[in-house]
Amino acid sequence: MAGNREFYYRRLHSLLGVVPVGIFLVQHLVVNHFATRGPEAFNRAAAFMENLPFRYFLEIFVIFLPLLFHAVYGIYIAFTAKFNTRQYGYFRNWMFMLQRITGIITLIFVVWHVYETRVQAAFGVKVNYDMMANIVDNPFMLGFYIVGILSTVFHFANGLWSFCVSWGLTVSPRSQQVFTYITMIIFVALSIVGIRAILAFA
Amino acid sequence: MSENKTVRLIITRQDRPDSAPYEEEFVIPYRPNMNVISALMEIRRNPINAKGEKTTPVAWEMNCLEEVCGACSMVINGKPRQACAALIDKLEQPIRLEPMRTFPVIRDLVIDRSRMFDALKRVKAWIPIDGTYDLGPGPRMPERKRQWAYELSKCMTCGVCLEACPNVNSKSNFIGPAPLSQVRLFNAHPTGAMHKAERLRAIMGDGGLANCGNSQNCVQSCPKGIPLTTSIAALNRETTIQMFRDFFGSDEV
Repeated sequence: MAGNREFYYRRLHSLLGVVPVGIFLVQHLVVNHFATRGPEAFNRAAAFMENLPFRYFLEIFVIFLPLLFHAVYGIYIAFTAKFNTRQYGYFRNWMFMLQRITGIITLIFVVWHVYETRVQAAFGVKVNYDMMANIVDNPFMLGFYIVGILSTVFHFANGLWSFCVSWGLTVSPRSQQVFTYITMIIFVALSIVGIRAILAFA
Repeated sequence: MSENKTVRLIITRQDRPDSAPYEEEFVIPYRPNMNVISALMEIRRNPINAKGEKTTPVAWEMNCLEEVCGACSMVINGKPRQACAALIDKLEQPIRLEPMRTFPVIRDLVIDRSRMFDALKRVKAWIPIDGTYDLGPGPRMPERKRQWAYELSKCMTCGVCLEACPNVNSKSNFIGPAPLSQVRLFNAHPTGAMHKAERLRAIMGDGGLANCGNSQNCVQSCPKGIPLTTSIAALNRETTIQMFRDFFGSDEV
């Protein structure tokens, strides 16, 4: 990596994980939750998202490019760590390891998920309730999706915590502790939203 | 009975910086109030291993013997700490001694901590007071702040925080928590603050502050109880502001 860019890459990585990727994740989970109100409601919500103006622009600059940078740089970060939870079994050290492991799981999940839905859509397959229902009809795929959703949501919630530290928002141990509670509540809440949605397709 | 009491030690040894490490076991006579240093001194006095073979004395470093110099840091029963402050009575046996392998091993338990001193130079961990004429007294420091800064000044560059950090390893060039906290210390000093931006820009370089992954092992492991993660978070805030100052421009040069 040329020059003294590491600081800016790390800050950008941290920022992009929350804005826009994290915001997109929350929006995506909320739209999916329409599935709990039946196929009609989900198809209407999905069609609304699909027909947003400047769709390709939004997809490229709000989703794909930030996600790509976050993923590629994230792999580099994950593989420069040397896990030592066996020797140092502290809570934050476990979260440090889980953040990197869920990052990799999330990447595998997202690549597969994008291939199965967005790439197929580009080839003319219709993205609707039936498409997802067909996918999670397979119990293995349902399990894969549940693991993928949980790992994505954990990575986002815990990433929110480290975002607050990395940008210097939470400095005192007390504020970091309180943010641990808040982000874990976010993890549980978003997990419920995500799991309810995927089970609505099954 | 008590005169037959012994201490069992398993020591990871290494003859040369580039040779392979191996384990050697020692059984030495117990004395009351022993610490790891006095156990090592006993081995040096009588270098015979548990098999009864004559061997070379184990090499280690020590200096102050009161946990303020940091020279005798080693991994004792899996945790990095100072050998002088590790009492035999409080350790589970066999006692396992290993070098802090995050650093280059020179011989047995002796490691090379130069990278830490290089890092202190890199972040300008000092207060420049020399001029071509008498600069006079600097600004006063409030007593409350002096007491607060004293906690940060307890760092003895022992290397335990680097050993505990999952991001300080052969795959990364992270300078580690200790020198970062020193930046906070010297930036807090009224005269040191005159070079605040220089120190912040130094830790905004490659291998600097941004490499912290918040595992917070450092603050849990520091023998001096230095609030290392608070220092890192405080510097994160300072560098955020510095980054915007440098980009958008500021009169605070």
